[in-house]
Amino acid sequence: MNLYAVKAIYSFEMSRAVRTLMQSIVSPVLSTSLYFIVFGAAIGTRIAEIDGIAYGAFIVPGLIMLQLLTQSISNAAFGIYFPRFTGTIYELLSAPVSPLEIVLGFVGAAATKSIVLGLIILATAALFVDLHIAHPIWMLTFLVLTAITFSLFGFIIGIWADGFEKLQIIPLLIITPLTFLGGTFYSIDMLPPFWQKVTLFNPVVYLVSGFRWSFFGVSDVNIYASLGATVGFLLLSLLIVWRIFKTGYRLKT
Amino acid sequence: MSAIISIKNLSKTYAGGFQALKHVDLDIRRGEIFALLGPNGAGKTTLISIICGLVNPTTGSVTVDGSDIVKDYRRVRAMIGLVPQELTTDHFETVFNAVAFSRGLFGKAPNPAYIEKILKSLSLWEKKDSRIMTLSGGMKRRLLIAKALSHEPTVLFLDEPTAGVDVELRKDMWQVVRDLRATGVTIILTTHYLEEAEEMADRVGVITRGELILVEDKAELMRKLGKKQLILQLDAALTALPERLSGYDLELSPDGKQLTFTYDTRAGRTGITTLLNDMRDAGIGFVDLDTTQSSLEDIFVDLVRSNR
Repeated sequence: MNLYAVKAIYSFEMSRAVRTLMQSIVSPVLSTSLYFIVFGAAIGTRIAEIDGIAYGAFIVPGLIMLQLLTQSISNAAFGIYFPRFTGTIYELLSAPVSPLEIVLGFVGAAATKSIVLGLIILATAALFVDLHIAHPIWMLTFLVLTAITFSLFGFIIGIWADGFEKLQIIPLLIITPLTFLGGTFYSIDMLPPFWQKVTLFNPVVYLVSGFRWSFFGVSDVNIYASLGATVGFLLLSLLIVWRIFKTGYRLKT
Repeated sequence: MSAIISIKNLSKTYAGGFQALKHVDLDIRRGEIFALLGPNGAGKTTLISIICGLVNPTTGSVTVDGSDIVKDYRRVRAMIGLVPQELTTDHFETVFNAVAFSRGLFGKAPNPAYIEKILKSLSLWEKKDSRIMTLSGGMKRRLLIAKALSHEPTVLFLDEPTAGVDVELRKDMWQVVRDLRATGVTIILTTHYLEEAEEMADRVGVITRGELILVEDKAELMRKLGKKQLILQLDAALTALPERLSGYDLELSPDGKQLTFTYDTRAGRTGITTLLNDMRDAGIGFVDLDTTQSSLEDIFVDLVRSNR
């Protein structure tokens, strides 16, 4: 295995995050803090507890998940799209690196950034609301699995996209709405029965629910269904990435 | 001299149906500078891109130092450095980090001393901490060479290395390429500047419409295909060529004082002796003479034209 290459790609991507600290860390932390202030401190105090949890604390896992999904996708998508856009991808394709090593470098860096961001948001949340984590190992497991899965998904988008607009379309038009409708700010028990059934087709419900369970021990769907959905999406993303490198889709002619 | 790159029956047809390469066979000798000449769209970059792993071949095979470019891609690519035609760089990275990144990507342990040596040899050391976006075009070109050399390749591909580079810098780069060859690196360059091939190459390949129409030692090529001209400065101006000289390929200058005779070096008889005899018989004297040989450019243009 070409570990020097993995390290080179990983370090390069991480240094890009440091160069763009405002965009990578400060901006998502600020926007999440605003959510806490508005929905947690201002409005949250007027909302009844959900499943025995104060509303301000209830939304923490969902907000972390919202940033985790969008940032994982955008970090990984931009990471691989930018060299395609500038043409520096030639170096990657002509280097003695396997698809696995390329993915480890790009997806590893994107997932690392998202995990760090998730933990920073968690620490920020602790400043606003009273938090205790019921299953910390599961919390970290969901955090890491989700970050890797959606970084892989972002990597796929970065290869599929042939313009900056396409790079943004999936996160903005699909992921963000699905996250908002996936129980970020509410329990799906609060929906009418019909919409409760419809919302079960939203994969983000499983992610938010599992993650929330790791915090409070309560969930909208079975914890194993959440884990299964996350691992299932991870495997699907891996399969697509494997096909991309096998066929050279958008990478080689 | 043994072949370091062996290309067999290589063809490439792109998805749209365009056939960029047609059954190319070529051996590149170890340690030589090989210039690949051809007009735009001839297939030069496609050929290089296939060897370097950027483009999938449709048919055929390529081995580098005995290893197949597909089956043993790690070994092959570790041996190859590529300087692309376009100035593709990461604008926000520093010069030193960009070169260090390339070295790592190609599986080599960090070696700051080696990177320092490369940057100094390419006059980039002073700029090692500068962001790439602040470099001039010529510096970016040299940076791409530094990146390609960062992992100590034994084969270097230079795709139009001096495109858009001023004359002085071009000559500096030629020196860099010669120095590399002296260290045993095999160099394959594509160029539009025929002067570049003429100046540096050991062998020349001419490709047009995806077909390799000629591969020849440069000196041999020029000897075989080169036409020479005999230029005579006449002692008295002529108003027209005399009838007895009409059988020669002659051109009289507008002022009538210079006569140019074009002859083929490959011909058994050049016709110079009979021309001079006929001139003497016609009473035409000359005060000076000179000969010139056609350049590689002239040869190239002739070859490509004859294949249309």
